[in-house]
Amino acid sequence: MSQTFTLDGQSIPFADGQTILQAATAAGVFIPHLCYHPEFKPHGSCKLCTVKVNGRHTASCTMRATPGMTVESNTEDINAERRSLVQMLFVEGNHFCPACEQSGNCKLQATAYQLGMMSPHFDHFFPSRALDASHPEVLLDFNRCILCSLCVRASRDVDGKNVFALSGRGIKTRLIVNAGSGRLADTNFSPADKAAGVCPVGVFLKKRRGFAVPIGERRYDKAPIDSIAEEI
Amino acid sequence: MSYHLETAENPEKLRRIAIDPVSRVEGHGKVTLLLDDQNKVHQVRLHIVEFRGFEKFIQGRPYWEVPVLVQRLCGICPVSHHLAASKALDAIVGARHLTPAAEKLRRLMHYGQMLQSHALHFFHLSSPDLLFGFDSDVTRRNIVGVAQEHPEIAKRGVLLRKFGQEVIRVTAGKRVHGTGSVPGGVNKSLTVAERDQLLKDIYHIVQWSRDAVHLIQQVHTQDPGLYNSFGIFRSNFMSLVGHGGDLDFYHGTLRARDDNGKILFDHVDYQDYQSYIEEEVRPWSYMKFPYIRAIGKEQGWYKVGPLARVQNCDQIATPFAEQERREFVDYAGGAPLHAPLAYHWTRMIEMLHAAEVIKDLLHDDDLLSDDLMAHGERALEGVGVIEAPRGTLFHHYRVDENDLITMANLIVSTTNNNQAMNEAVRHVARRYLHGREVTEGLLNHIEVAIRAFDPCLSCATHALGQMPLAVELRDPDGTLVHALRRSSEDR
Repeated sequence: MSQTFTLDGQSIPFADGQTILQAATAAGVFIPHLCYHPEFKPHGSCKLCTVKVNGRHTASCTMRATPGMTVESNTEDINAERRSLVQMLFVEGNHFCPACEQSGNCKLQATAYQLGMMSPHFDHFFPSRALDASHPEVLLDFNRCILCSLCVRASRDVDGKNVFALSGRGIKTRLIVNAGSGRLADTNFSPADKAAGVCPVGVFLKKRRGFAVPIGERRYDKAPIDSIAEEI
Repeated sequence: MSYHLETAENPEKLRRIAIDPVSRVEGHGKVTLLLDDQNKVHQVRLHIVEFRGFEKFIQGRPYWEVPVLVQRLCGICPVSHHLAASKALDAIVGARHLTPAAEKLRRLMHYGQMLQSHALHFFHLSSPDLLFGFDSDVTRRNIVGVAQEHPEIAKRGVLLRKFGQEVIRVTAGKRVHGTGSVPGGVNKSLTVAERDQLLKDIYHIVQWSRDAVHLIQQVHTQDPGLYNSFGIFRSNFMSLVGHGGDLDFYHGTLRARDDNGKILFDHVDYQDYQSYIEEEVRPWSYMKFPYIRAIGKEQGWYKVGPLARVQNCDQIATPFAEQERREFVDYAGGAPLHAPLAYHWTRMIEMLHAAEVIKDLLHDDDLLSDDLMAHGERALEGVGVIEAPRGTLFHHYRVDENDLITMANLIVSTTNNNQAMNEAVRHVARRYLHGREVTEGLLNHIEVAIRAFDPCLSCATHALGQMPLAVELRDPDGTLVHALRRSSEDR
């Protein structure tokens, strides 16, 4: 790995084929992201990992690193844009952290803290989204979906089941269950599926677990998202 | 026990005075008065004007979320809702008997809350009235004035509340809106360090609580003419009563007495509360009016909270509080004391009891146990009842086979006291408003009557005993004649 690029003035080594986000993560530099997961192909949809490469905006999860490129990430302007993106995600869904059992384990919430989001800023959409509680072991709360498609990719690419899909276009895009009834209970989904464990927010909830983990022992109670080893 | 002054015969000929908002009672409240040309009072109502909607919007949510969600009803005693919901859901998950550790940890959390809430109410909200007088200099009648005139009392008030909040923090994870109690048990026990930290302070907390009882006892007994009559009305009263008739804030069976102290019902399993309690809706208020079903709407209303609890139980299991209870009962002379201002005295007896229970629990090694969860046969319906700082609190839920809430009914403490508070306000209006010009002192007399019940009217954390009030006096044509307005920012 003799090749390097510059990220916020720091020299970052990379291997052929690595993206900016992969190389930065390997070097211990955090770039905010929600739809990216190291086990899946980049999706490039949440745009939270947007950086400036040689002065132009691009998603760092999809842009391959090249020798000598100059990348800006942790700047006031870019973080302000990321903050706006997170605020939009908050108002497009129904994210009520105070009563959400994923609070403290949620990447959206942790990222909002990391970016210094103090309010939703935009008007809430308050969409009406029904829960799918049909499955005996897992409940789906679509109110919290941020359309990262990680469950779609996991079910299709790892579980080989294709249980989930994004349906509709534009602002009407939504997560659906691939069954005639639209109910999770009518699919071959299993709680052991990869799809059940990749949601960065609180859509997939193991039933009857609730608030079993006390405050202080949740994932992001211990350290903010940009300093947690597994994130790096 | 009547609805005298609830509805005037010819309201169109009367002047209307509105105190709007009184302050926050799970939302906002207002008082309206109708007066004739001679300033005689014809109608007085305490309205709760805001619709909260928790019973509706938790429908369709998973049941395990409810104890954390519903506690957002309140910022002062959220633990009450947290635990009442948990108790209802214990029945639904089949946890008929919690593990000893879980029950004691929940009890510790609750008694910590009782301590902090009672301390907040007495020292921060009520002591300015009680120490300086109801119509004393308004610029001094606040907690800052108390801190200047009685710094030790103010300091103890702050530290008593702080201790209670610390008890909540170590059991629930946060001082306000924690997650410690879950259906079937709790999610954490205490560490040795947490327990020892509380043990370090508990002995002077008990002593300060004793001193607080003596302070209010002295204030009350020095002016019996005022304290035994202000806002007085007679009523039934109800509370949970623990094992063997003990005062118990966390668990027990329902007991109600009539205004003479005669038992109306006893040993009632609260899962069956709907056979005994019914709620009436009146068109002028968003808050329902509960009453004892067997007696009926007219005579069946009751009061709850410290004054009801201390006189409803047979004894208190901790020695200092029991000693104080006996002194109170002796003072009452063998019959129930109905004076609203006696709420303060009994509230401090309860705070002392809470401190003593916390002390005893902190010496129990079950608090360190990891045996925290119980399970059993699943049910589709459950009721949880707890004695919140302000009185008996009912949570009732039904769930479907998919674990979602289909029905919720909450009867909060302030609701139980709805008619009682109306009666107290009417009495004060008759006694102090009659034929007089509206003054700030009058407004505060109405506040004092409401505040004695410690409804969530006075639980807004920023109010600090200074309810924002607005009074407008209009002539029969609606023209503004006289107006007084007071907001918390004005002081």
